[in-house]
Amino acid sequence: MPAKFDLPQGTLDLLILKIVALGPVHGYAIAQRLHQVSRDVVQVPQGSLYPALHRLENRGFLAADWKDTETGREAKFYRLTRKGRAQLDAEAAGWRRLTEAVSLVLALSEGGAE
Amino acid sequence: MTWWYRLTHLRKMEDQLHKELAFHIDELARDLVERGHSPAEARRLARIELGGPEQVKEECRDARGTRWVEDCFQDVRYAIRTLRQRPGFAAVALLSLALGTGATTVMFSLIDGVMLKPFAYRDPARLLRLWERTDFNTSWGNLWEFTYPDYLECKRGVPALETAVWYYHQGTLAAPGAAEYEDGVYVSPDLFPLLGVKAALGRTFLPEEDRPGAQPVALIGDRLWQRRFGRRPDALGERLVFDGQPYTIVGVMPANFRLEDDAFEVITPIGRMSGGILHERRWHGFHVWGRLRAGASLARAQEELGLVARRLAQAYPESNRARTFIAESLKPDAGDAKSTLLLLLGAVSLVLLIACANIASLLLARAISRERELAMRAALGASRGRLARQCLTESAVLAIAGGALGVILAAIGMRPFALLWPGGLPRVQEVQLSWRVLLFALGVSLASGLLFGLAPALRAPARYLERALRSRSRSLAGGTHLLHRAFVISEIAIAVVLLVSAGLLGRTLLRLSALDPGVDIHNVLTARTSLSPSTLADPERTRAAWKDLLEQARHVAGVESAAMVDTVPMREGSNPVNYSTVPANVDDGRQYPIVLANSASPDYFKVTRIPLLRGRYLTEDDRRGTQSVAVIDEVMAHQAFPGRDPIGQPLWLGIAPDPAIVVGVVGHVRQWGLAADDQSKWRAQLYYPFAQVPDTLVHRWSDLMSIVVRTSANPLNFVEPLRKAIRGATGDQVLYEVRTFEYLASASLARQRFLVLLFGIFAGLALLLASIGIYGVLAYLTSQRVPEIGVRMALGATAPAVMRMVLGQSMIMILAGIVLGAAGSWLPTRSLQHLVEGVRAVEPATFAAMIAVLAIAALFASYLPARRASRIDPIKALRQE
Repeated sequence: MPAKFDLPQGTLDLLILKIVALGPVHGYAIAQRLHQVSRDVVQVPQGSLYPALHRLENRGFLAADWKDTETGREAKFYRLTRKGRAQLDAEAAGWRRLTEAVSLVLALSEGGAE
Repeated sequence: MTWWYRLTHLRKMEDQLHKELAFHIDELARDLVERGHSPAEARRLARIELGGPEQVKEECRDARGTRWVEDCFQDVRYAIRTLRQRPGFAAVALLSLALGTGATTVMFSLIDGVMLKPFAYRDPARLLRLWERTDFNTSWGNLWEFTYPDYLECKRGVPALETAVWYYHQGTLAAPGAAEYEDGVYVSPDLFPLLGVKAALGRTFLPEEDRPGAQPVALIGDRLWQRRFGRRPDALGERLVFDGQPYTIVGVMPANFRLEDDAFEVITPIGRMSGGILHERRWHGFHVWGRLRAGASLARAQEELGLVARRLAQAYPESNRARTFIAESLKPDAGDAKSTLLLLLGAVSLVLLIACANIASLLLARAISRERELAMRAALGASRGRLARQCLTESAVLAIAGGALGVILAAIGMRPFALLWPGGLPRVQEVQLSWRVLLFALGVSLASGLLFGLAPALRAPARYLERALRSRSRSLAGGTHLLHRAFVISEIAIAVVLLVSAGLLGRTLLRLSALDPGVDIHNVLTARTSLSPSTLADPERTRAAWKDLLEQARHVAGVESAAMVDTVPMREGSNPVNYSTVPANVDDGRQYPIVLANSASPDYFKVTRIPLLRGRYLTEDDRRGTQSVAVIDEVMAHQAFPGRDPIGQPLWLGIAPDPAIVVGVVGHVRQWGLAADDQSKWRAQLYYPFAQVPDTLVHRWSDLMSIVVRTSANPLNFVEPLRKAIRGATGDQVLYEVRTFEYLASASLARQRFLVLLFGIFAGLALLLASIGIYGVLAYLTSQRVPEIGVRMALGATAPAVMRMVLGQSMIMILAGIVLGAAGSWLPTRSLQHLVEGVRAVEPATFAAMIAVLAIAALFASYLPARRASRIDPIKALRQE
């Protein structure tokens, strides 16, 4: 089993925004989804999920409603706001540029000064 | 969701947070059960996975962004709870803070009303005061009031300014009702629009009423309206007779109308002023005020004034040579009330500082005894900043509560205190609880809260958590002993400063009270006196009228002698003139020595009992047509004729072209009051007979005259008989400003007495607070040392030895405080010498006495804890360990 990675600073917010963008979802489901989608590579400390959700809600990127789940319990469902959509697009674009740049650097062939 | 919503729905937010996390754990546990864990195990794992629920909640709360407000509420509630647990401490702290901030606020409200608040005119920032300034310096300085012709030229020649003029005009109001002397003023009609002041009733003057021969009209002041007309609106159109002239009332001024600090009861147009003064190019007595027109700058106005001045200097070299006009902004002038106020503000601030030091050391002691609690909370995750903030909140709650109480005290006390001011506080009607005052009180409270909250708060970050938690009953005092001592030392130092200042003032008052005023002040009554206006037209009639008046006064039963004089000792007003011992025109604008010239009737010396040193007094034979004579005092004799016999010497004065011959030398009189005379600029005195005043000056001199009578019993019993006796044939001769000499002598020390009283109170408070501080700190320090003292006693230390040890500890603090305070009192004693008349350098005896008072109080305060320490039972003390 490959080693798990801690999330780089700030990417948790991006991941949450992306998952919420797929449709209204409650906190536990977000945790599950993160777990599954990252194929267990990314270690998301569950404790930091909720503070992150509340922070994003406080900044107006997420909105929340209390609704019943399919099991009939009341849960807090998060959805993306228009402001959150813009934030997600901006952060995603930034992330892509960063990873491209990093891969470019990594693609340099070694010892090739000639 | 706004932050306001979040704050107002805290409970709901908390419930939802709890529900959300519970849901998470439930779901996770359910999944784990599905994967084969037992339900109990599943819940346990779920909890571990999520992390400590309380910590997660804390982080979520932090993420809300309203956290600091919530914390603040919580801290405030906590602070109030802890304060209520110790009502004794809270009461002492609140009371000393309330007194401290209250007194500071009162002083500031006076400073605000008297010095800071702009005049109650429209747009006061654009108002200007105009002066004439000469290039040369005369004995009077180089700033002059305007002449009326110069004012008219400036009005026409300076487009940048609107200008208006006024001129003092006291006189007898003869009708309606009984004759009384009133303050009046001549004004130009445009003064009212210039200031933005309207009549409260009726109207102000029309431009056409401002010329000779116009219908005579007058405005009256609010007080006169109240007294003479009972505030009836039909006072408009009534007639009044002021200074011998009939007027029709056209308006009533609002109650708060003042020019400079003076209220006026009769206001008349300046253009009807008689006597030719309006054409005099050398009569400098007109107050000219201006307002910058829209768009004009002070610099432009100044330039235009300069142009007018240059033109006038060419046209009238006689009067206007080397003379220019200047403008400065119109600002309240508080006179010597200003320095008194600043002194008092300084003194109360020191008292407040002691109170703060006291509270700080009490809070610090408590912070240390709470060390374990704080360490526990730090161990449970409270951050350093959070704990420090909580400590500060507690201080802030204390400070604001104390400040609020202080503002209440100030609101109650400021008016009575302002009215208590000796000689009346200028602009006292402006003293109010304004927003500036409230802001000041808030600032002072918060600053003092920070001052006494800082030390305990900085301690709060528990650095040696482990040690703090492990140490059991004993708390970690360590380095704070030094801080405690520093508090005590600074309290003592401040108390020394205040005590020495109070002692210096007290000593000064004692010395000044013992001074000889130079006149016999017992049973002497004086009053300004105004002749019937009908007698003033002709100098001979005026002289006769004075003679009659004095004769009538002498006939009142119980009056031993009566005289007249223009300037009365120790009362406001003096008549300094240039003099020369060689032939000269002393009014030619050059510098001459100055003498205070008093014009008097011969009996003046009999009434005042000024001692004759050489030659003779003035007599009835010194009249118009005989040789002009003068009597001088010893100071003048020494100043003008050093080493010579002054008798028979001529003196050239500004009063008449011929010299006056000195015929006698008398004792010096403390003209400027007991306090001020020794240091005053002009002390030389001279007396000349009123009978020899030239015809042209008799009218003007008559306006200044007072009568002085010696009575056989309490002079105040003779006021009414005298009033009746001198009323005159037309019934319009009046006495005003009636005073006894004893009153004048005592009033000349009123400022010193007032300062002694207040500094005495402040020094007493400082002493009390410092003693409480010493007691508190020593009690605390010895309680910290109980086990140590127990060991010492078990090893054979005797009770007196323990007591000596504790007392020795306090002696060091007291000595250090005294040394610091003694050094620190240099500044206040210097400023007192500078600002208060009659104060000299501190005498060592005064200094020693004050230090002794402090040392005794401080030692007494340390005795109680020392005795308690010496009675410690070693067995109990060791058991406590």
